[in-house]
Amino acid sequence: MLAYIVRRLGYALVMIVLVSFVSFLIIELPPGDFLTQKLMELQAQGDRSAALRIDEYRARYGLDKPLLERYWIWASNFIKGDFGESFEYERPVKDLIGERFTMTVILALTTLVISYTVAIVGGVYSATHQYSLGDQAITVLAFLGLGTPGFLLALIVLFVAVVILKQDIGGLFSREFQDAPWSLARVWDLIKHLWIPALIGAAASAPAWLRIMRGNMLEILGQPFIEAARARGLKKKTVTWRHAVRVAINPMVVILGSEALPGLIGGNALVAIVLGLPTIGPLYVDALQSQDMYMAGTVLVFIVMMMLIGNLLADLALVWLDPRIRLD
Amino acid sequence: MSDQQIADQEIFEEIKEAEVNQSYLSLVWWKFKKNKLAVVGGIIVLLFYIVCFFFAEFFAPYQLHETKEYFRAPPQLLRFVDEEGSFSLRPFVYGLEETIDMELRLRTYENNTDVKYYLHFFVPGEQPYKLLGFIPANIHLFGADPNVEGSEMFLFGTDSLGRDLFSRIIYGGRMSLWIGLLGQLLTMALGVSLGTISGYYGGATDIVVQRLTEFVAAFPDIPLFIALAAAIPVSWSPQMIYLMLTLILVFIRWGGLARQVRGLILSLREREYVLAAKSAGATDRRIMFKHLVPGTMSHVIVIATLMIPGMILSETALSWLGLGLRPPLTSWGVLLQEVSNVRSIRFYPWLLIPVPFVIFSILAFNMLGDGLRDALDPYGGR
Amino acid sequence: MKETLVEVNDLHINFEVREGTVKAVQGTTFKINRGQTTGVIGESGCGKSITAKAIMQMIPHPGKIVQGEVLYHFSDKTNPSQEEIIRINDLDPDGSRIREIRGGEIGMIFQEPMSSLTPVYTAGYQIGEALSLHRLVPQKLGDQMDSTIQKYRHVTKKEAREIAIDMLHKVGLPKPERRVDSYPHELSGGQRQRVMVAIALSCDPVMLIADEPTTALDVSIEAQILDIMRDLQETEDMAIMFITHNLGVVAGMAEDIIVMYMGKQVEHASADDIFYNSKHPYTKALLQSIPKVGRRTTDRLASIKGMVPSPFELPTGCVFHPRCPSFMPGKCDQIVPTWQEVEENHWVSCLLYEEV
Repeated sequence: MLAYIVRRLGYALVMIVLVSFVSFLIIELPPGDFLTQKLMELQAQGDRSAALRIDEYRARYGLDKPLLERYWIWASNFIKGDFGESFEYERPVKDLIGERFTMTVILALTTLVISYTVAIVGGVYSATHQYSLGDQAITVLAFLGLGTPGFLLALIVLFVAVVILKQDIGGLFSREFQDAPWSLARVWDLIKHLWIPALIGAAASAPAWLRIMRGNMLEILGQPFIEAARARGLKKKTVTWRHAVRVAINPMVVILGSEALPGLIGGNALVAIVLGLPTIGPLYVDALQSQDMYMAGTVLVFIVMMMLIGNLLADLALVWLDPRIRLD
Repeated sequence: MSDQQIADQEIFEEIKEAEVNQSYLSLVWWKFKKNKLAVVGGIIVLLFYIVCFFFAEFFAPYQLHETKEYFRAPPQLLRFVDEEGSFSLRPFVYGLEETIDMELRLRTYENNTDVKYYLHFFVPGEQPYKLLGFIPANIHLFGADPNVEGSEMFLFGTDSLGRDLFSRIIYGGRMSLWIGLLGQLLTMALGVSLGTISGYYGGATDIVVQRLTEFVAAFPDIPLFIALAAAIPVSWSPQMIYLMLTLILVFIRWGGLARQVRGLILSLREREYVLAAKSAGATDRRIMFKHLVPGTMSHVIVIATLMIPGMILSETALSWLGLGLRPPLTSWGVLLQEVSNVRSIRFYPWLLIPVPFVIFSILAFNMLGDGLRDALDPYGGR
Repeated sequence: MKETLVEVNDLHINFEVREGTVKAVQGTTFKINRGQTTGVIGESGCGKSITAKAIMQMIPHPGKIVQGEVLYHFSDKTNPSQEEIIRINDLDPDGSRIREIRGGEIGMIFQEPMSSLTPVYTAGYQIGEALSLHRLVPQKLGDQMDSTIQKYRHVTKKEAREIAIDMLHKVGLPKPERRVDSYPHELSGGQRQRVMVAIALSCDPVMLIADEPTTALDVSIEAQILDIMRDLQETEDMAIMFITHNLGVVAGMAEDIIVMYMGKQVEHASADDIFYNSKHPYTKALLQSIPKVGRRTTDRLASIKGMVPSPFELPTGCVFHPRCPSFMPGKCDQIVPTWQEVEENHWVSCLLYEEV
């Protein structure tokens, strides 16, 4: 077991190095980097010292050095917890991400809990009541959900709220609570705002998971051990949950590791952009658009790291859950 | 055996093979037909391709870049009954009257009930176009009465440059559906060939391909998309950007398909007919592409159909963010660039009309793909 | 005279599927007595498993009992003097009453030992599940005059484990104290079927339904499993309903044999009568298709001619007539034979024994 974990961690480490290098490349790729643009902007505004300041920047981040060396500087700083500075905000990336981290995780977790509950409960209900009215309703809803990605749904919700209900729904706080210290009222205000993006995010991810759960459950429910469990006199609930779901849950665990964990940081960036949420997702997209490379690179590497860790955790969880799976 | 007999034998076998294929296909068709949802999906997909892809110029009342002196005009309602209550079998729209709200700095349009523009079919357009790229024509399926000076008809309103949204949605569909199809074809080509090679040869080739797919899979889909798309230089021509975007879509998605094909090949490789072909001295290429690949086709088609919606959605999302296609290219995502903030949703909500079209096409593809999966899987009990 | 345990009266079960109606069971009638072994024989798809599942009120979707009834003579284990007749087909299939009977009164073993155990639980856990539901232990509260006041309680986890080990020992699993913690994938097919037997018998059932329990096993394991069932039956005095398509297996087990064909019972008699004095042409054909040891013959083994008809279009008259060697044109394809007692305790459904 320990040897397996060590081996997997080693593998994850190699992957992180490779992935971070490729991330670095991707982010570096576009010609005409942020600083060149900034320089032109500042000079256009008549800022004489601009060239000097930009050169200072270049020296500080070693932007005049060759690629591999730049990566080395960036990576070694990264390990020390210095993720570089955002060119656009002229502040450390660490602070910018840190400010948004709590809200991002709260939103992602809420979304995750809702969509997982919906996917599992809905999938199980649908499978145990195959061809019933409820199953058909769930199937139709899931189909609609599959065809409606989060950001389009967010646009629709925004349309309904703004044009039809004349309501303002963006953000995570009302104006008066924006910078207020934490209090019960502020938490309530957060909840009042949070449920909309959480539901939209859940509506975007739950249908696919629900279909997977339903398919698996149907397969498992057809297995002889389900009949055998019933013949033992077990309650229907026990048969469904302790025998069928317990065996059918594996793919959901894999999804939890490979999709949900990286989602904690990446979140549903597009939904957040539509609704103007102060999470990391929009920060990342914004950074990519303006080629704010340290900002974008940091977030990308974090997402990839979460994904690798998530995969490892999911594999370990599977071994723990299912005695048939052995480590190798 | 004489030559004649051998020839007869060959013909007989060919006929038999044709019969077998016939019966398999008719079985698939029969199963597919039973699934009403899938048939509806298929018809909708077909309609989308006919209307948007092949004959957009005919079905759209205006041409792609045709501008009018109406900026962000709201949709005009087709009416049968006018304000006075008199009925007309030929539907009409009211003319638009422009007012400018100085305070809100908004240009708004009101219905001018004195002017009626009647709907006519097969009206000539202002400029000629080439149907399917080579048939010169200038007839549009419908439009405002061509005999009335200045008559216009914007069923879905206009955009900020005074272009008819209805027409642009049809043209946008062409680009969106094409990127889905082209991207998917390239993905299939890459995924199937690499998956086949990897599964058939095994060994070092397999390991290299496997590691490659694993590496691509180590990146989360959407963030990688956005990052790669952002890396496309802004200065490139729209056509180059289009090509690059397609390639990015392909690059990120081929891995999953390759892995599935590899799995299928691994099991097919040991089948008797493949061993027979091998012992008969068939070349690797022949075995792979004559014997193995056809065996994976039904799976691949199903997976591919179910992947097209993802392609379309990725393009839409990227273009909407401003990282994908850019004007003058027109796709549904590009059309949605006009509604990137709350203000435009509040004042020009009709610019959201492309959204239901995107959702509708995705749904249709999903229904079609689901039906194909059930139909092509002869052992699928469910 | 043995007491009746299960009565099946004129049972009809239909499956409504998209392609039409399958009449899976048509008018089955029989009794199973306490402590008696009844064999049910027939080709696959003849309705024998469905009949067994009807006794457990576990007919798979979309099957429905359209006519007839299943009666169970229930006597409380803790108070044997009282008997109650339960109409099983009226019970809620997920209700508590039928769940008491499943596992507690009637144990069941299935055809596929490889997949009849939930893969993520140990053998001991799955035996324990049944035990904690059905096994009661007497608890002495005190003496009053000459009678003992007793109360019954469910077993504890520790007791359950001990009983599980004991059961695994009884079914002949080596090293039961270790096997109790084995997961199904760590056991062979024969071992898994032993665990299934242990689960079925752990709660001292009054009846055991064995649905082709040895079909998937090889012959030597089959013999061992059959031996275990026979031994346990003798010691526990339990009725067995033994479903099989293998006449050889049932010969050594059953006292009574029911032969079924296409959802109908065609013959019901004692095992001896079935083997030496069979009446129905189908039974005779089945018997001829068994190879016999010691009989040298150059003849080919007889097989029943023709194909099993489509379940959607059952033949008119006697369902067996298209394949019957004694087919009487004009009669068998038009008149449905009645179920009648031709000799004492020998029932048959064939026009050969009817005046028409």
